[in-house]
Amino acid sequence: MSFYNLNHIRELEAESIFVIREVAAQFENPALLFSGGKDSIVMTHLAVKSFYPAKIPFPLLHIDTGHNFPETLKFRDSLIERIGARLIVGSVQESIDKGRAVEEIGHNASRNAIQTITLLDTIEQYGFDAAIGGGRRDEEKARAKERFFSHRDSFGQWDPKNQRPELWKLFNGRKAQGEHFRVFPLSNWTEMDIWQYVLLEQIKMPSLYFSHSRECVKRSGVLLAKSDYISLMDGEKWEKMQVRFRTIGDMSCTGATISDASTIEQIIEEVAASRYTERGTRADDKRSETSMEDRKREGYF
Amino acid sequence: MKENAYLNMELLRFTTAGSVDDGKSTLIGRLLYDSKSIFEDQMESVKKSSLNRGYDKINLALLTDGLRAERDQGITIDVAYRYFATPKRKFIIADTPGHFQYTRNMVTGASSANLAIILIDSRKGMVEQTKRHIFLASLLGIPHLVICINKMDLVDFSQDIFEKIKREVQVFSSKLNIQDMQFIPISALHGDNVVDNSDNMPWYKGTTLMYLLETIHIGSDLNLVDSRFPVQYVIRPQSEKYQDYRGYSGSIAGGIFRAGDKVMVLPSKQITQIKAIDTPIGSTKEAYTPMSVTLRLEDELDVSRGDMIVRENNIPEISQEIDVMICWMSNDYMKPNGRYILKHTTREAKCIIKEIYYKIDINTLRRIEDFESIGANDISKVCLKITQPIFFDKYRLNRITGSLILIDEATNNTVGAGMIL
Repeated sequence: MSFYNLNHIRELEAESIFVIREVAAQFENPALLFSGGKDSIVMTHLAVKSFYPAKIPFPLLHIDTGHNFPETLKFRDSLIERIGARLIVGSVQESIDKGRAVEEIGHNASRNAIQTITLLDTIEQYGFDAAIGGGRRDEEKARAKERFFSHRDSFGQWDPKNQRPELWKLFNGRKAQGEHFRVFPLSNWTEMDIWQYVLLEQIKMPSLYFSHSRECVKRSGVLLAKSDYISLMDGEKWEKMQVRFRTIGDMSCTGATISDASTIEQIIEEVAASRYTERGTRADDKRSETSMEDRKREGYF
Repeated sequence: MKENAYLNMELLRFTTAGSVDDGKSTLIGRLLYDSKSIFEDQMESVKKSSLNRGYDKINLALLTDGLRAERDQGITIDVAYRYFATPKRKFIIADTPGHFQYTRNMVTGASSANLAIILIDSRKGMVEQTKRHIFLASLLGIPHLVICINKMDLVDFSQDIFEKIKREVQVFSSKLNIQDMQFIPISALHGDNVVDNSDNMPWYKGTTLMYLLETIHIGSDLNLVDSRFPVQYVIRPQSEKYQDYRGYSGSIAGGIFRAGDKVMVLPSKQITQIKAIDTPIGSTKEAYTPMSVTLRLEDELDVSRGDMIVRENNIPEISQEIDVMICWMSNDYMKPNGRYILKHTTREAKCIIKEIYYKIDINTLRRIEDFESIGANDISKVCLKITQPIFFDKYRLNRITGSLILIDEATNNTVGAGMIL
């Protein structure tokens, strides 16, 4: 490698910072979607760098399903305090109480789908014109065709067949009244890049990502953690296992993986050797072949 | 440590082009499969879908065709991005569909690529589509072109056929501006010369495709000579601790900047010095393209988004009237004398299409001067008149300061991609 050559992690970092600054420059009222997962933690880290020594010039927005891991909320609050950012919480419980959303019923009930309603309502309530998300193109096949600047109509919907072409470093954020954008600065990162960057930058991560002992139940190939939101079906029982989470979402649909990885280095080795994608542990993606696209069209993250 | 090796890799962005049935999906599938980038759950899901659709073998295109419409119609609609890594490099593939909105998609995929792989079916040789692919790759200034002559197994691994196609392509390309072009005979299906050297073609002394992708020198692809810094965003903390801090952030679009450099700010042409360079890992003495940095200047000047900081003795061209090669991306025709919004680096201005010189027949490369209209996927040379000056380099010297897009004022859609001549 020659002297004036960035390595791949620093090149991705430079690209993401450019995109985040472009959001601040092109939009009047953006927000950063914070889920408490590794991608949104890395994105917050990049946002801090993008505007240093000034503070992030927009709030973080958390859509709280009410089914979060307690570790996620604790981590979120301490991160917000450390970086001095503003936090806005959109509550799925409130959407249900107000009759905006109807809770799913049944054994595999999840608030994953209805959080889209809360997200779109919160975007409208605060008048956000851009929402920065942590989506990566390597995660899922519908996301492989997503733009950095993704246009949403006034219903918050995505039209995958009719996306604006995106060339060079020229991002077109122009929109009509009432429309908004989703922006994905981490588009070109892979799961491996995320962990390498976490290692390189020594970014603090929630304990859920590291190996720990937890009671789980195996359902349709997914290991679900014990919580108030999951009831056992006939023949199922809680078992204590040594697990970690590869992705963190709602407790009702995020699956754990058996793992002994307790350091970032060990996680990197595990990811390198893994034969399954990280979303292989997500029950929400297993509903149909195009479930991600269908949810994204409606305005999902 | 194993992790450190991972951390010190270069990133190569490449695009793939081929006509229908040239084996592009098979080749991408092979690169991903052989580099262990296809996961078992993805493979299972592709196997299941292939079976459901009644295909008699696994259709690797299903790995990338993610949208419902694509799966329903069995065609690829949009550019798909794929990722894989070997111990030497990390790769981003912009996989563009063979037919649908071909030019628009290839131009999109090519705009950020270091390298293009163009597939030719050895039984068919160079077809019109091949010419189009090579022309677009040269127009978009992709530094490296790799022509893969595929399905060599179906022509008995014949050296004569390989050499004949190679000559045809070379003759055609001699009229184009191409920096680096290489030829590899392969069989994507059986893996010959993809990752491993082929025993079937002992006459071929070159490298495998994977070796080429892993080792091709990309360090000189970026312009490190002409220093260009389009100001993206002004950072003013307005906090007690950083009361006087005023930083100009952006991505270095060309060259190198050093603390202490005498620089000029455009359009005001005021001269000052770089006081400090702040990067994501702290202050440094020098920074280069494509780093995202924040420059602090010695003097308090009026600098804002859309301005450009350059070296005092190396300034870009400044003009309100430019000749541009435009790829049209909209289903609405280009309006002669029409008004559009122009986006160039971090600058936005209004412009009109002052003159359309000609349209290019991308199959014959001939100029069409008596054209009726400029529509989707057409490439034409036009003159733009802009309401304010822009600071640019010719596209062939710098792909960032030499590129622009046109936006329709009414729909806000991106309708044109331009390369400044």
